[in-house]
Amino acid sequence: MRALLARDLLLAMRSGGGFGLSLAFFLIVTTLVPFGVGPQTELLARIAPGILWVGALLACLLSLDRLFQLDFEDGSLDLLAVSPLPMEGVVATKAFAHWITTGLPLTLSAPLFGVLLNLPAPGYVWLLASLAIGTPALSMIGAFGASITVGLKRGGLLLSLLVLPLYVPTLIFGSETVRRAIDDQSFSAPLAMLAGITLLACATLPFASAAAIRINLR
Amino acid sequence: MRTSSAILPWVARLAILSLAVGLIWGFFFTPDDYRQGSTVKIIYLHVPSATMAINIWAMMLVTSLIWVVRRHHVSVLAAKAAAPIGATMTLIALATGAIWGQPMWGSWWEWDPRLTAFLILFLFYLGYMALWAAIDNPDAAADLTSILCLVGSVFAVISRYAINFWNQGLHQGASLSLDAEENISDVFWQPLVISLVGFGLLFVTLLLIRTRTEIRARRLMALKQRERLG
Repeated sequence: MRALLARDLLLAMRSGGGFGLSLAFFLIVTTLVPFGVGPQTELLARIAPGILWVGALLACLLSLDRLFQLDFEDGSLDLLAVSPLPMEGVVATKAFAHWITTGLPLTLSAPLFGVLLNLPAPGYVWLLASLAIGTPALSMIGAFGASITVGLKRGGLLLSLLVLPLYVPTLIFGSETVRRAIDDQSFSAPLAMLAGITLLACATLPFASAAAIRINLR
Repeated sequence: MRTSSAILPWVARLAILSLAVGLIWGFFFTPDDYRQGSTVKIIYLHVPSATMAINIWAMMLVTSLIWVVRRHHVSVLAAKAAAPIGATMTLIALATGAIWGQPMWGSWWEWDPRLTAFLILFLFYLGYMALWAAIDNPDAAADLTSILCLVGSVFAVISRYAINFWNQGLHQGASLSLDAEENISDVFWQPLVISLVGFGLLFVTLLLIRTRTEIRARRLMALKQRERLG
């Protein structure tokens, strides 16, 4: 499991697409929004939590189709399937590696992009916290979508159609936490629900994804 | 197949009859509501289609489960056949709701929990159908769509509550429920129940036709395969 994690991280880093690309995409999304809605700082401050969450979500989606696709094409997924490590473990490890290469950098850089969007001061800590809690769910749900579409030739578009509706509750609770923190309201409820979704996803989806991969390898 | 071909014409006739009675009664022989005027009559399309949209997904969930547990082929074909009907029902509910909402709420669309949840349900239907269309191997497609349906159901329920949390509603509560003393006034209630039954029967009719088509398509595929091998 540790070897697989190290291998995935190494591959992501060597190919140069892992850390940098999704971060650059996140930056571009946050840059484009002010062009679209106008440069008024009050307006941007109000919609900043939503933009940052949607941007992080899209950046996460971008790298999902590579999660199992390369291993499926070169046959390493078949080798992993016959290895002593159960498929559930493989899925969980790969989702974790995906989180380290996209979710974690997105989380750490989000406050920086918050400055660009004039995010109000009380929001920073909770933006960081909500992304740190919520992005593992994004990776895990994404891994589920990727495992369903792994056998398809052009799965990328279908993957986003399948995964984005599943992202709705995470997005709602994540951005609601930040919005409430900014408005000085109680935000423990959405934060707890966000954590609940992450735990639910991590506890159940590896089994569903492993079943989907076994079907695709048949 | 034999049972369904015997049942089908009768269900179809019943569906046409109850839809005709319910809708004509509802549209032409009920009084206007004193506040909503004649726009209230859209309820005879809106409520039944919305009810069916949710129940069809529930039916797909059950038939997908039966496929996963018992590997019964007709079951998963029924789920496949039901999805486009469900998507259409969702679309009808959204469209009639928008047409009603324009004069009543003053806007075609509000980001109200019920409306938003239906939009997301529609996306789930689209994803389910797209997945069926994308996979060539029928058994793999059946397995994968069943898994998607199971996981999607859980997330659809979570989304429903998340959306409730996210925005307060403009949509009124349930018009019909079994435990209420009096629902809406009897004048509106009777044709509404008949149209509900009519929509249910319409769904059964369409489902039978579509599932029979799917079964025949599957048989044809098997025959072609045998021909190629032999």
